[in-house]
Amino acid sequence: MKIALLGNPNTGKSSVFNLITGLRQQVGNFPGVTVEKKTGTLQIDGNTHTLIDFPGTYSLYPRSKDEQVVYSVLSNEDAEDYPDVVVVVVDQSNLERNLFLFSQIYDLGLPTILVLNMTDLAQRNGLSVDADKLKTFFPAAHIVSTNARVGMGKERLMTSIADMAQAAPERRTPIPLCPIDDVTCQEQEAASRYTFIHQVIDSSVLRIDKEKKAAVSSLDRLFVHPVFGYIIFAAILFVVFQFIFAFAVIPMDLIDTGFAEFAGWLSLSMPKGVFSDLICQGIIPGIGGVLVFVPQIALLFFFISILEETGYLSRVVFIMDRLMRPLGLNGKSVVPLMSSVACAIPGVMATRTIADWKERMITILVAPLMSCSARIPVYTLLIALVIPKTRILGVFNLQGLVLFGLYTLGLVAALLVAALLKFILKSRDKGFLMLELPSFKSPRWGNVGITVWEKVKVFILDAGKVILAISILLWALATYGPSESMKKNIAKAKKESKELHLSKEQAQQHVASAKMESSYIGQLGHFIEPAIQPLGYDWKIGISLITSFAAREVFVGSLSTIYAVNETDDVNKRLIDKMRAEKRSDGTKVYTLAAGASLMVFYVFAMQCMATLAVVKRETNSWKWPLIQIGFMGALAYFGAMITFHILS
Amino acid sequence: MSAKLSEIKNGNCATVTSIEDSSIRLKLMEMGLLPGKAVTVLFRAPLGDPIAIDVNGFVLSLRLDEASLILVEEPSLAIA
Repeated sequence: MKIALLGNPNTGKSSVFNLITGLRQQVGNFPGVTVEKKTGTLQIDGNTHTLIDFPGTYSLYPRSKDEQVVYSVLSNEDAEDYPDVVVVVVDQSNLERNLFLFSQIYDLGLPTILVLNMTDLAQRNGLSVDADKLKTFFPAAHIVSTNARVGMGKERLMTSIADMAQAAPERRTPIPLCPIDDVTCQEQEAASRYTFIHQVIDSSVLRIDKEKKAAVSSLDRLFVHPVFGYIIFAAILFVVFQFIFAFAVIPMDLIDTGFAEFAGWLSLSMPKGVFSDLICQGIIPGIGGVLVFVPQIALLFFFISILEETGYLSRVVFIMDRLMRPLGLNGKSVVPLMSSVACAIPGVMATRTIADWKERMITILVAPLMSCSARIPVYTLLIALVIPKTRILGVFNLQGLVLFGLYTLGLVAALLVAALLKFILKSRDKGFLMLELPSFKSPRWGNVGITVWEKVKVFILDAGKVILAISILLWALATYGPSESMKKNIAKAKKESKELHLSKEQAQQHVASAKMESSYIGQLGHFIEPAIQPLGYDWKIGISLITSFAAREVFVGSLSTIYAVNETDDVNKRLIDKMRAEKRSDGTKVYTLAAGASLMVFYVFAMQCMATLAVVKRETNSWKWPLIQIGFMGALAYFGAMITFHILS
Repeated sequence: MSAKLSEIKNGNCATVTSIEDSSIRLKLMEMGLLPGKAVTVLFRAPLGDPIAIDVNGFVLSLRLDEASLILVEEPSLAIA
């Protein structure tokens, strides 16, 4: 049996879903659209039923592309997800508006279960709902009351579903919906429906406290305060980022070293050859490269879902909306953009809450311009290399100022590009806010945990494939090359090592460096040299630019290989020494202030992250947007770096 | 006294009289904003936009240009 779960946003629909399916859930998309479809299974009397969670809506008539799924599935009996039974979750404390959607669904004639949720909130608001009276208006519906947040009412709901499975009520003759584009019909329907609902409410809702007046909660006074509102938001962000930077590093390092050691151990125990190299140098580091993002994704969604569950997030949207609007963004863009300062992947994944297509696309497109944590190793290396350790005005550390400037540059670029995209992207609908500010609640840890689990799973399963494929490709390009010239170069490096009486370790590094040089990527580095010369780079930097397409921090590792620096001890310092000494054929330094600054600007703008690319592909359901993103970010990086180089040299 | 919802001061109550024809009229109606509905303006965001209103116990936020489509009647103050 297929069961559809429907309801208004903020009615505890997902709590009901988690309550009856537990962890037996899958996340996918509705056919043909990028609307998240959660399905879960439940076992009743040995039979398995599928529960499909539809997006929360206020009406069957969609107000955004995403909500269209509900209308198109329920109005078409041949649709893949057309249900046998419908479960509608309503918030008892807010019955009038909730019954609007319910009565629309009831009129479809499908067997319907009405879940009266949030019993506690209704009581707190001085309301009590008479289920028997309510049933006289909807005689064919089963009515169940629950308080899903505390796990109350699970048995009642399961029994009701079991009854439906055993002897589903006859389908009633449906009252047809208005055509999707006939607004006049829909407006008339809305007016007459509310007239009917007022009768229902008058007879079945008992208002214990008749004179309860609408009041502003003291929390809201604080959260939307013109000064404290922003201070609190900034403080919360500060704490969240402290946590992420302090704690994500530990599991990330463990994953990094764990996979490196495992690959090292395996390569010793496997017979030498191409197959062993593919596994130990291509596949295992590739999987490690996927998993290394998991701690940041998990931690960010842990915090985001707590803020969402408590109702605080909608207050952030409320105070930020006016500031973001001139940029073609929405108050809801703030959290994805802020998350991108840690990592653009969870940032892009968090844009699902933005209902308006255009505002969501702009947010996704500019999110990777925010400087993420993977840029830090690149920035610190380059700053230490070309920016002197002096103080400005006696207090400001110049290196710190430059780092701050790079972050600011990314933020400003993101906002300017957003403002530009506002005019470029075409959208039929006018963006609107019309956001409900739910009452404050304490978070349900079960829901938080499930959200984190799902986001991680989606990332590993969907984006992981693309990341793994690209990293294997990059490995192959860096390992293999035209065999003749490769052999010649390796032999030459070995001979040189002997002549120079290098230690065994130094000789190995020297050979590795020669190997990289003559690999396909090395050749590619030479090939693009004319194109990157105007930015102040040589072919060695070119190689690192190509390899760090996998992830920005690879830039540092790549340079270490090229300059044959031992990776084990104090890489940065020794790498910096080598880079300082690096000369062009005409005897001038490679890493001048101009070239270093040009590289910094390049890394602020360039889309050097295949994981983000894979996630954008998943979230937009096409390769078009990630390709556009590579294009415009690449152009920004190229010309930004060129201008920087010419100004400074 | 008739006015736009966007002009109502914080804490004041008003009754919806009509909604101007627009692309979001249907959506406002579906949220329960129909002629005859009494709403209270609760608070405004720092720049005065959006505003938050109480509709029957739930808090709805509307951008100013959305709220200005809603025409309301403010209960006239009895002058003693």
